[in-house]
Amino acid sequence: MWHDVRLIAGKDLRIEWRSQVATGQVAPFAILVLVLFGFALDADTVALRTFTGGLYWVTVLFSAVLAIQRSFALESADGNRDALRLSGIEPAAIFFGKATALVVQLVLLEVLLGAGVAVLYGPSVEDFPLLVATAGVATIGVAAAGTLYGVLAAGLRVRETILPILLLPVLAPVLIGATRAFDDALGTVAVNGWNWLALLGLTAVVYVAFGALAFGVLLEDS
Amino acid sequence: MSVVHLRAVVALLGRFPALAGVDLDVESGEAVLLQGPNGAGKTSLLRLCAGLLAPASGEAVVLGHDLGRDRRSVRREVGMLAHATFLYDDLSVYENVCFWARAAGGSPAEAEAAIARLEIDTRLRDIPVVRLSTGQRRRTSLAVLVARRPRLWLLDEPHAGLDQAGRDIVDGLVRDAVDAGATVLVASHELDRTRTIASRVITIAGGVVVADQPIPGRSMPVGPAPERGGPDVA
Amino acid sequence: MSPAEVTSTGSRGTRVIGSIVLAGIVFHVLLSFVWSDPDADQGDLVRIMYVHVPSAWLAYMAFTVTAFGGVMYLWKRSLWWDLVAGASAEIGVVFCALALVTGSIWGRPTWGTYWEWTDVRIVTTLVLLLLYIGYLAVRRIPADPHQRSRRAAVVGIIAALNIPIVRFSVDWWADRTLHQKATIKLGGTELDGLMLFALFFGLILFTLIYAWMMIHRFRIAWLDEQIDRHGLDAAIAERLAESTSDVTRAVGLTKTGADL
Repeated sequence: MWHDVRLIAGKDLRIEWRSQVATGQVAPFAILVLVLFGFALDADTVALRTFTGGLYWVTVLFSAVLAIQRSFALESADGNRDALRLSGIEPAAIFFGKATALVVQLVLLEVLLGAGVAVLYGPSVEDFPLLVATAGVATIGVAAAGTLYGVLAAGLRVRETILPILLLPVLAPVLIGATRAFDDALGTVAVNGWNWLALLGLTAVVYVAFGALAFGVLLEDS
Repeated sequence: MSVVHLRAVVALLGRFPALAGVDLDVESGEAVLLQGPNGAGKTSLLRLCAGLLAPASGEAVVLGHDLGRDRRSVRREVGMLAHATFLYDDLSVYENVCFWARAAGGSPAEAEAAIARLEIDTRLRDIPVVRLSTGQRRRTSLAVLVARRPRLWLLDEPHAGLDQAGRDIVDGLVRDAVDAGATVLVASHELDRTRTIASRVITIAGGVVVADQPIPGRSMPVGPAPERGGPDVA
Repeated sequence: MSPAEVTSTGSRGTRVIGSIVLAGIVFHVLLSFVWSDPDADQGDLVRIMYVHVPSAWLAYMAFTVTAFGGVMYLWKRSLWWDLVAGASAEIGVVFCALALVTGSIWGRPTWGTYWEWTDVRIVTTLVLLLLYIGYLAVRRIPADPHQRSRRAAVVGIIAALNIPIVRFSVDWWADRTLHQKATIKLGGTELDGLMLFALFFGLILFTLIYAWMMIHRFRIAWLDEQIDRHGLDAAIAERLAESTSDVTRAVGLTKTGADL
């Protein structure tokens, strides 16, 4: 099992490293969205600081949709989905492998976005551990739900449009939770961020568990 | 126990019965040529045996696995060469072969050996396959197959896109596989060439087996004729 | 029963339910608008509750049935359950939208806006509506029946798993503003008997409407499947005919093959 998880994750990351789509397209897109928010909110520093958490996570979700589409475009190319099924690897191992590769990419993206936000919006951090823990747990939830819906959309003619409409409503609780926890960590809203982190953790557990179970069901249909 | 045992197998592509009641038995160590016009159901038959296409009705047992109940277990033991290459464009020849070999429990050394067996130019070994010619990609797909050491080889037009040397290598692979006790199904329009490696010819048309005859002069054992063989056209 | 012989999805059962529903609607309108009194706090506004609450109830019930149908499909692999799930989701989406619209209409005089973000139920309901619109989109993707069913079952189950998560997180989220929430609920005063009766009658009536719609929608979907299955035998016969006519061609192929 772990051998296969590492194999799949390693393969995905190697391809990303080689093709530079994540660094060359997804990351610039994410920064671009941050800049657009700056324009949309009329460069109002107070507003940008107040809404830093929400803007950050909306940007992460949009970028994640691109990364997920990319991750499964690899498997739709030239019969690779059939090949994955033929490989005999346990579907749960494929799920964990692809989700792990997505987590790694999203974490790198979040670090970059964090730097972007720090420069462009200038928020102050009051609770760094909460910030890091929130990012980690939310990323796992996003990657798990994204991997499950990614394989559903892969190979469909309507994959570009069906993925966001399925994924984003499911991630609404993650957006709410991560934003609230960031609001606390950045000191913009007085809430208990650790409670929100617990809710995020619960959500992530549900998506990971159900994803590992259901991935095979979706991989079978080509 | 037959390697492939099909009775009245129907398989659907959407609502189209690609296989409309196939009866077929293939014994261990046979090399069988599948021939028939385009759209006859050759590829569907191979996909069915690989566990990729579900039988809608009938009895389908491949390598001892009942495909009606479990299509996953058989996949580890078959090797399929399809029209698609099953390769990741951004990975090199070596990385592709190594990935699929390791997914089947093989080692990098087996991947190296398979690449050498296909006589792929060593200078191409570390080049992303997207930059290779059709023929070299085809050889890479075959190397993946060799590295996985399947018990049942399912080859869909294996000679397509290959040069003379490549075609000879394919023939050699089939002979080696049979010698090693594996079973081979080859769907091909290259009848002359394939007849020299196969021991039996199955003709498929309209989603059923319409003819089944041994190839004269080939000494390979021939399985019992299916119950519903068509006219003998030898 | 072959599809060709069917001229209606109705039956004695549906006609009985349908008649009861029609009479019930007339009764419910009279009950809601004429016989019951205005609420002490909300005045005539309370009357929209008699439609809004049953709509929301119906939507949640329908979505629960969809998730249950999905689980049963994955377990039994029977299209019957998938069709139940799909029919239920379609009805659920309509009534979910109806609940949102009636909620907004209620909100306009109550809150002064059609939309109040701090109202947990209405925000949750909107997210649910979007989730199930996604579910219906998945069902509409062309695929063979079992492919469609597998995808739909997984999406339907995730959507249902999300109902409590969404509800809980929106609840917490809306709670940050400490001002008094004006949630859709019947006024603080005691409901008089007739108002309570109107509400419960609405729940029963809408449940019957759901049952009536489900039976018809399910039968339509079932007949669609039957037509496909009916067509299958014909398709196999046609395919086999192709094989016999192709024998000569196949033989020809062998011979030309030898000449190549």
